[in-house]
Amino acid sequence: MTLSLAIGVLTAAAVYLVLQRGMVRIVLGLVLLGNAVNLLLVSAGGAFRRDRPLLTEAPERAADPLPQAFVLTAIVITFSITVYMLTLAGAGEDDDDTEDGP
Amino acid sequence: MNAALLLLLVAVPILGAALLIVVSWPVWLRRTVLLGTCAAALVAGLALAVLTRDGRVYAHQVGLWPGGVAIPFVADAFSSLMVATTALLILVCSGFAVATGEAGRRLFAPLVLVLAAGVFGALLTGDLFNLFVFVEVMLLPAYGLMALAGTPRGLRGGRLLVVVSLLTSSLLLAGVALVYGTAGTVQLGELAGAARESPTVAAGAGLVLLALWVKAAVVPVHGWLVRSYTACSPAVTALLSGLHTKVAIYALYRIYAVVFDGQSSLLWVGLAVFTATMLVGVLGAVGEHGTRSILVFHMVSQIGYILVGVALFSELGLMAGIFYLVHNMVVKASLFLSTGAVEYAYGTGELDRLGGVARRDPLVGLAFLGAALSLAGLPPFSGFVAKAALVAAALEQGQWVVAGVAVAVSLLTLMSMLKIWGGVFWGAPPEKEEEPGAGGAAVATARRGGVRTAVLLPSLVLTAVTLGLGLGAEVLLGLSAQAAAQLLDTSAYVGAVTDW
Repeated sequence: MTLSLAIGVLTAAAVYLVLQRGMVRIVLGLVLLGNAVNLLLVSAGGAFRRDRPLLTEAPERAADPLPQAFVLTAIVITFSITVYMLTLAGAGEDDDDTEDGP
Repeated sequence: MNAALLLLLVAVPILGAALLIVVSWPVWLRRTVLLGTCAAALVAGLALAVLTRDGRVYAHQVGLWPGGVAIPFVADAFSSLMVATTALLILVCSGFAVATGEAGRRLFAPLVLVLAAGVFGALLTGDLFNLFVFVEVMLLPAYGLMALAGTPRGLRGGRLLVVVSLLTSSLLLAGVALVYGTAGTVQLGELAGAARESPTVAAGAGLVLLALWVKAAVVPVHGWLVRSYTACSPAVTALLSGLHTKVAIYALYRIYAVVFDGQSSLLWVGLAVFTATMLVGVLGAVGEHGTRSILVFHMVSQIGYILVGVALFSELGLMAGIFYLVHNMVVKASLFLSTGAVEYAYGTGELDRLGGVARRDPLVGLAFLGAALSLAGLPPFSGFVAKAALVAAALEQGQWVVAGVAVAVSLLTLMSMLKIWGGVFWGAPPEKEEEPGAGGAAVATARRGGVRTAVLLPSLVLTAVTLGLGLGAEVLLGLSAQAAAQLLDTSAYVGAVTDW
């Protein structure tokens, strides 16, 4: 429940920000969206019926490691693209407006 | 053949890119590494296509983990054909970039090699999450290549490309997560037919397909393509046009065939959308006045044609679609390279600033004319075979509207190609403008030399390939038929992926 609420709120905020014109806002929106998708991946591992990944009494209830590996990969990719997008926002013209110029 | 060799197609380009970044080599050696790696990939792709032509499937479980745990690399007839074609395009486009001097930029060669690694990985992987990773590997260098141009226009186009790509990738990843949550695996072999059996898996896989639609620039989500692809340099446009959208199309074919098992109740959606794509793309080109923006709109239209093949999902339809895919990658790159050669030599791609190029540089005119006629679907070029097969497949399924639109759109395509021909290659060169603006500079550049042989050679090679594929269509038709048969009956693919 907590997870799904968090995913919903993050996605809603992300959609609002991505629809703005300023590049920095769009980047922030995409960061939120990336986090929402990461939470979705974690919840795909069945977080509601599983325990911690380590130091659990019953190993069969330990968290599914595969989605966590997915999330790790996704975080790296999103992070690198975010850095690049922020560079793009700073490069070129004075403002970060994405409206097409002449 | 040992299937572990498939890994080299990804490992060697990445290694080459790393070496090019770390070690400071002279320019000729950098060029040799770039072109040599691309040529080796082309040889490997052709060898794979020969090895898999009888329906064999090579699969390797990376790291020798047991099947189901490992990430598989798979090569069947379809992926081998795609590897060979993409390798040809990367080689030819790199040749063009070397000729124009663009490859002399320090980061150009490494970026192209990483792009190649991503493309080959995405074509060979048998795992949905890994597909996402390789698509990202393929997209990241594209951002860099766009920014290398360094113009404000390139930066704006780059922003658009990055934002749209990341948004779509998030969508793709969400789809992968939903598939994992509902089916418990993301390995294509184990997902075989899963979406057909369970509607919840179908919802997740549907999200993956939707993301791939955006990446393939299907109408109504095609707008990003036109805005961003016209903003980079001609060599980069040709490179991206042959690789990015086409890999997405490959993934659409593969996933619909394996995960959905060709479920026929959903095909009408595809037929409707892809027919609209053909029509909207070609009509969009009518209002454009630059060679590249016209060609990019035609890309959208051609993507509709290619995807009609998977929406028909019959043996003939899939075969025609795969043939069309290979034909289109070659022809589109040839068109971008010949008009790019003109743009490079004359300093502009605007129709009303050019004229009479065919008289001054007859070979460029020849390269463009051949590819343009092939795109419109005239014999003896490969476009004729592709369109004839596709229309026949549509008629076989009783899809009269689709067949009619396909024929009508090729007429409009021909008109559009004639518009470029008339504006750029035929007629008289425009009068030298009074003002010392861009137009005056363009005419001045043209006086200096025209198109050099090295710059026009790449497009001429690709036009020769499309002519060869048209005259010797039997070879490619046979390979496409084998690929189509393996998409219809996925048991060989699934068997190879799931155990080893």
